[in-house]
Amino acid sequence: MLEKFVYLDNAAATRLDERVLEAMTPYFFDLYAVATSQFGYSLGVDARDALDDARARVAAALGAKPEEFIFTSGDTESSNLALKGVALALGEKKGRHIIISPIEDFPVLHSARALEKQGFRVTYARVDETGRVDLDHLRDAIAPETILISIQVANQEIGTLQDVQAIGEIAREKGVLFHTDATHSFTRVPLNVQEVPVDLVTVSAHTIHGPKGIGGLYVREGTPIRKWMDGGFQEFDLRPGVENIPGAVGFAKAVELVTPEETARLQGLRDRLIERLLQVPHSRLNGHPVYRLPQNANISFRFVEGESLLLHLDMRGFAVSTGSACFSRSLEASHVILGIGGDHERAHGSVRFTFGRFNQESDVDAAAQAVAEVVEELRQISPLGKE
Amino acid sequence: MPLPYSELVMEHFRHPHNVGRIEDADARAIEGSPACGDMVAVYLKVDPETQRITDIKFESYGCASNIATGSIITELAKGKTLEEARQITWKQASDALGGLPPIKAHCSVLAVDGLRAAIENYEERHGLVKEREPTTVEFVRRRLKHVMNPVTGLDVVRTKLVQEIEVADGVVRVVIDLPADHQFANNIRDEIVEKLGHRWDVKQVNVVFTE
Repeated sequence: MLEKFVYLDNAAATRLDERVLEAMTPYFFDLYAVATSQFGYSLGVDARDALDDARARVAAALGAKPEEFIFTSGDTESSNLALKGVALALGEKKGRHIIISPIEDFPVLHSARALEKQGFRVTYARVDETGRVDLDHLRDAIAPETILISIQVANQEIGTLQDVQAIGEIAREKGVLFHTDATHSFTRVPLNVQEVPVDLVTVSAHTIHGPKGIGGLYVREGTPIRKWMDGGFQEFDLRPGVENIPGAVGFAKAVELVTPEETARLQGLRDRLIERLLQVPHSRLNGHPVYRLPQNANISFRFVEGESLLLHLDMRGFAVSTGSACFSRSLEASHVILGIGGDHERAHGSVRFTFGRFNQESDVDAAAQAVAEVVEELRQISPLGKE
Repeated sequence: MPLPYSELVMEHFRHPHNVGRIEDADARAIEGSPACGDMVAVYLKVDPETQRITDIKFESYGCASNIATGSIITELAKGKTLEEARQITWKQASDALGGLPPIKAHCSVLAVDGLRAAIENYEERHGLVKEREPTTVEFVRRRLKHVMNPVTGLDVVRTKLVQEIEVADGVVRVVIDLPADHQFANNIRDEIVEKLGHRWDVKQVNVVFTE
């Protein structure tokens, strides 16, 4: 490991904030009991109080009531619960059609595919070349048997923000439930369920310097949903299992540590990096220039392959991510870049940089220079782009 | 570093040998894989008397294993006769590199294919080839030995994924014993189409997956 490592993959995971760990520690060693009912022993009642308190604090960040927020193991479980839970509740009663965007992250995309195998129909709402959903196409796709629209707030790879207000209004007008995956935008891009007509929201702690293994799902009061995992009656009978109280407490602390000032600072880092990298010849920004996650930059460099770029950057002490097929576990190019009409080549040379609390301005300059140098080196040995 | 690549692979990736272009090459070939997007170009200088490869260079638009294999395969081929160089296998290249991760087999086999294609290119240019070979079941089977199963790093013929091959009226049909939603189904299909689709007597390639 290099002495100084510049970590620019904060969309994948973030370094835990010490203050989060500090808040969690008592719940491992002193208040470790399971959350019991109010008639249980006092240790369990204290644990219950801590859980309720954490729930209220995370829910408040969404403008939600505590009883509308369910803790889960993370965004994958939250989105599974949203899609499969609504399908269980409404599949027989109302219909078997759902609408998602083609660039959703895997928890939504693969939950939809799993439902497809069970006989549900899935429509993929059209997106433009920046990743924004075509609202007319979305409206037209809604049928009497449509039970759910699931469209993310912000894209995990290219950072494009959707107009969730408009999508929510369309859903409301047509009487369809609306779920949004806010994993990458939560606390960074305001989302208040009092203002946005949304019924289900996926969030996670791992993207905001909280612990891994804890996330949640906002469920608007009265939303038809059933649990799909069997067990006890925890989490309002929607998510069985012993509650992760240290995680919940850590999540609440992590939420409170994010400030608008910090987010503005990350946006500054993002803009500085984009400006520097677009000076590299044959480079282009993926995603939307304005409707964009404050901490995300995604650039494609022609004639170079992402995994090679990533490994060279790793040797120089920078951690980034790529949409190249060579890097993916299925050897398939990024479905996001392909989904916005990009070709394999654009996915092949795409690099994602995501900022977090522990990044500095000097990181941006160092990364920009390293990327420019490595791209140039790799182009030297590439058969492309020379004629 | 917890990389799946051996030290030797990383060494060849960091400092590849024989990189570049031979402007007055006697033969050249570009092999590309639309499935994974990687490309390799191979350039040869050949002594017409001895048929020995006197110089060889490669260029890569690809991942680390692709670059490292290009480097090692050019080292292995240098000084060999065309006939000897043609016999170099992916396995030999992989062994010389201290092993490659199975999932990367298909990116690295490209360099081997690139070398063979460059040798064929030389033979064509110098009137050393016979008749164009028709696409038969046997030919298809031979080509499929260059389509790698990313799970094992071995080819799809050897790992018994090829259940059936049919060739009729320019239509090639290959049945692969995997479910259509297998993690690597799309990748394997694209590779097969790429290996056969451009043949002079092939109109269509259908890859069928068992359920």
